[in-house]
Amino acid sequence: MKGKDTLLTLVIGLGLWQAAVTLTDVPHFILPSPSRVAQALFIHRATIFDHTLATATEVVLGLVIGTILGTVTAVQLALFRTAERLILPILVFTQAVPVFALAPLLTLWFGYGIGSKIVMTVLIIFFPVTSAFHDGLTRTDNRFHDLAHAMGARKVRFMWHVQIPSALPDLGTGLKLAAVYAPIGAVIGEWVGASKGLGYLMLLANGRAKIDLMFASLIVLACLTVLLHIVVGRLALWLTRYAQGK
Amino acid sequence: MRITSPQCRTSCVPGTAGGRFSGNNTQMTKAPGIVFSGQYRLNGNLLFEAAVEFPAAQWTCLLGRSGVGKSTILRLLLGFDTGGTFDGTIQATNALPLAYQISYMAQSALVLPWLSVLENIYIGACLRGGKPDIDLARSLLGRVGLSGHAHQKPGTLSGGMRQRIALARTLFENRPVVLLDEPFSALDAATRAEMQELAADVLQGRTVVLVTHDPGEAARLAHQILVMSAGKTRSWPVPDSVPVRQIHAPETITCQARLLDHLRKATL
Repeated sequence: MKGKDTLLTLVIGLGLWQAAVTLTDVPHFILPSPSRVAQALFIHRATIFDHTLATATEVVLGLVIGTILGTVTAVQLALFRTAERLILPILVFTQAVPVFALAPLLTLWFGYGIGSKIVMTVLIIFFPVTSAFHDGLTRTDNRFHDLAHAMGARKVRFMWHVQIPSALPDLGTGLKLAAVYAPIGAVIGEWVGASKGLGYLMLLANGRAKIDLMFASLIVLACLTVLLHIVVGRLALWLTRYAQGK
Repeated sequence: MRITSPQCRTSCVPGTAGGRFSGNNTQMTKAPGIVFSGQYRLNGNLLFEAAVEFPAAQWTCLLGRSGVGKSTILRLLLGFDTGGTFDGTIQATNALPLAYQISYMAQSALVLPWLSVLENIYIGACLRGGKPDIDLARSLLGRVGLSGHAHQKPGTLSGGMRQRIALARTLFENRPVVLLDEPFSALDAATRAEMQELAADVLQGRTVVLVTHDPGEAARLAHQILVMSAGKTRSWPVPDSVPVRQIHAPETITCQARLLDHLRKATL
C-alpha cells in the first residue's frame, strides 16, 4: 500500500513538472522536462553508471569505516569514564566546525582520488553514529548494573553481553542518520576536486549547459540515497528486533 | 562496577571448595547467618537503626511501609551504593566476605530479551568470563518447570514464567545467601502462591531475606518476621508451624491479619 502511494505521488509530481515545462515554455537549459531528462539518462547511461559506481563506493566505504570508528569510539567512551570526560566535550566542539569547509583541505591531504571523499564521509557520519550509540550504551538500566555487580561481573564482559546488545536500537538510529548524510559528504568531496563520481558529473554537465544530464545525475543520486535509506532502515529494524528478542 | 580478575576471586575466598560460591559448583557450602546492626543516615538524618540477625538457612521476611528502608537493607547487604551512610557492622557468621556469598532476585525478572531462556540462566558465568555449565543450567530449568522453553526468547513468556527464569538464574549462581526484593509482587494471586511454594522448595538450605509488602506472604514463608517502622526494626511473632504454611491454616490467617493491622497503624 505504502509503495503504491509513493508511486502515485511520483507520477503526479512528474506530470506536474512536464505540464509546467510544456505550458510555460521555459528554455530546456534552465529547466528540462522529465522526458528530456529521461532521454539524457538513457543516452548517457554508461557514463552515469560509471560515475554512480564511484560515488556508491565512496559512500559505502565511508559508511562502513565511519560506523566501525564510531562504534569503537562509543564503546571506549562508555567503558572508560575518564576518556569520556576528556574526549566527549571535544567531540561535541568539533561539531561546531562545518565539515564542508574542510573539504578543500581534505583534497589537499588525501588527493583527488577516492580517499578524500571517503574521509569526508567518515567525518560527517562519525558523530551521529558515536553519539547515538554512546547514548544507548550509557542508558543501560541500573537494575542490570546491580544484578551484574552481585554476580561479580567483569566490566568488559558486561559491556559485551548486556550494554552493547541493549544499545543496538540506538545504533540503528545513528546509522539511519548516517545513511542520509553519507551521500552528501561524498558529493561535496567530489565538488571540491575529483575526476569521477556523480557530484563531479553534475559540475561537468552544468559547465557545459547540459542541464538535462545534470538533472539525470541528480535523480540517480537521489535514487542511490533512497536505496541506502531503505537498506539501512532494514538493518536498523533488524537490530531493534534482535534487541527485543523478536 | 567491581572489576575482579579470576585469580582474585579464587584467592580472596579462602576455605571453600572451588574457591567461590557460584557458577559450576553444584555443592553449596553451608549457609551462614548474617548479623546486621547499625544506623543508616541519609544527608545526615537518621533514617533507621537495626540490630537484627538473619538466621542461617532460614527465611526472614522484612515488612514495612514503602520508603521505610527495606530495600536499603538489601542494598547494604549486597554492598551496593545507597546514597547514604551506614555506621555499624554487616557480617556473615562464617566470617567470609558477604559479597561472594549473596545473590539476589528483584521484582522485575531482569531477563535479557535477546538471549534464550537457557542463556539467561547461565548469563552470570558469561559475565564473570568463565565457561558456563550448560548442563547445570538445563537441569535448573527443569527444576523451575521450564524445560520445554529452553530455546524460546523470554519475551514470549508470561510474567510468572519470567520470574521462574530469574529463580533458576539465582539458583545457577549457587550462593548460600539469597536476597529477594518483592519478587512475587507483580504476579497474579494464583501464580504468586505457586511461585512462593517453588521458591521455598528450591531455596531450601539457604539463608533467605525476603522484602515483601504482603503480610500473607510473610505469614506463609517466614521463619522470622521483621517489621520496620518509625526508624526501628522489630521482630514479629511467627506461628509455630514450619513454613511453607497452608494458606487457609488458622495460624497463617491470624498472623497475616495481625500483621496487616499493625502495618496500617505503623508510621514511617
